[in-house]
Amino acid sequence: MLRDITLGQYYQVDSVIHRLDPRVKLGTTILFIISLFVFDGVGGYAAAALFLALVIRLSNVPFRFMIKGMKSIVFLLSITVVFNLFLTPGEPMFRLWKLTVTQEGVRLAVLLSIRLGFLIIGSSVMTLTTTPNQLTDGLEKMLKPLNKLKVPVHEIAMMMSIALRFIPILMEETDKIMKAQLARCADFESGNLIKKAKSLVPLLVPLFISAFRRANDLAMAMEARCYRGGEHRTKMKPLQYEKRDYIAYLIVLCYLVAGVILGKLLPVLLGTVLA
Amino acid sequence: MGIIKVRDLVYEYIRRDEEGNVEGITTAVDDVDLDIEQGDFVAILGHNGSGKSTLAKHLNAILYPVEGTVWVDGKDTKEEKYVWDIRQTAGMVFQNPDNQIIGQIVEEDVGFGPENMGVPTKEIWERVEESLKAVGMYQFRKFSPNKLSGGQKQRVSIAGVIAMHPKCIVLDEPTAMLDPKGRKEVIRAVRALNDVEHITVILITHYMEEVIHADKVYVMDQGKVAIQGTPREVFSEVEKLKELRLDVPQVTLLAYELAKEGFHMPKGVLTNQEFREALDQCMR
Repeated sequence: MLRDITLGQYYQVDSVIHRLDPRVKLGTTILFIISLFVFDGVGGYAAAALFLALVIRLSNVPFRFMIKGMKSIVFLLSITVVFNLFLTPGEPMFRLWKLTVTQEGVRLAVLLSIRLGFLIIGSSVMTLTTTPNQLTDGLEKMLKPLNKLKVPVHEIAMMMSIALRFIPILMEETDKIMKAQLARCADFESGNLIKKAKSLVPLLVPLFISAFRRANDLAMAMEARCYRGGEHRTKMKPLQYEKRDYIAYLIVLCYLVAGVILGKLLPVLLGTVLA
Repeated sequence: MGIIKVRDLVYEYIRRDEEGNVEGITTAVDDVDLDIEQGDFVAILGHNGSGKSTLAKHLNAILYPVEGTVWVDGKDTKEEKYVWDIRQTAGMVFQNPDNQIIGQIVEEDVGFGPENMGVPTKEIWERVEESLKAVGMYQFRKFSPNKLSGGQKQRVSIAGVIAMHPKCIVLDEPTAMLDPKGRKEVIRAVRALNDVEHITVILITHYMEEVIHADKVYVMDQGKVAIQGTPREVFSEVEKLKELRLDVPQVTLLAYELAKEGFHMPKGVLTNQEFREALDQCMR
């Protein structure tokens, strides 16, 4: 049934990573992505790979779920790899028909695929271990300082969570309207693209009208329950850092330091060993 | 003074064309007086368009009177400073259960009202627990509202209102979109609130069976109160109710028809039990 769909790709198991504060996970993901682009050298990437492996291990989520995310970017990845391979100027390695593969090109292509791959896997770990609700809460709390710049942080978060709540309802409604129109001989299947797009009009118009009606009802229900924006509001489930969250931050810090040191030191060390 | 007092209430819906000129005025509520005492179970009846929902929205300061005054717990709804007090005193449950649940988990939705009121976290949890227990939905507290039946969703909505500790609940056709089973569940929950917690209940409906237990019934027609009184008094006037295009409960109708045929039947029979007793009397 349509109502049973789960949003996002949350994977329900219990693990340390699941129990972490969403702010920690958001922050770590951002830091991890930045680190991927700052680190260079084999050492840095070794550190990133180790860190990622550790988090995946702790999360109890099967590895194949993380790979799922990769599928969507295979196309993008292959294009960038090809372009980098052939179009980077530098020391030529070998020629393929009219195109030259350069050493710099190979280096860039490998680097880029590692970066993109880690980036996707890293962010999948976050979405797989955090419910959309927790993410919204975490975002709201993290972006709170932006309130001073007149950014309506609470309102944005509330909008996101209401949208999440209504997506399954509107999906079901779409299904209902579609069946009703099919029963009256509407045709959503045949014809070219333009014709298909046109045939969606009798689906979209009722859907929009009903969505507006729902929005109106919901606004009234919220007002009736004393909703008046983010001020004076208390939280039923306030986000509070616990010991494990501080430990997580510490580990992330260690990772960053290790990455930088390894990135800089490893070539030097290797150099001395080889000499 | 009772919990709710309405005097000379008039409300008009104004239709405007695209330039903002007045196209027409519909008087939805026309000169209504209402007195509701603390702890009462009051039913407001009427067919579609009789103005009952418009009246209900005045009791919660969602709409403001065009003429006349509404006092909720002694506070005039027109005064802006009282709006939040009034909405807290008189909670409101709407018709469509899907369009009034905000949370993605049952317990979060019930906590929404107290969160808005600024209740401390610990107390929110206590209130959520007690209100979910009051409507018998505590075992579903971790569920997504999308997985509940209509009656269950409506009970969650009621719990969401009780968690705000109102003195009075206004239910605007809470059973209109439910199946008979869901309707029974909801009405049972509402009656329990009134009996056990002594919360004033104002039930707006067009199902006759739901009002026979009320302390007082108002029947509305074209924005005016057409009949008022105890359920027995109201249902004695079978002819008038028919004129207003309202049904009467089947036993009441049967007793009325029998009385018309010359049988000795009391006026305003409401339940099967009463009917059986009256019939026994006749046969003797």
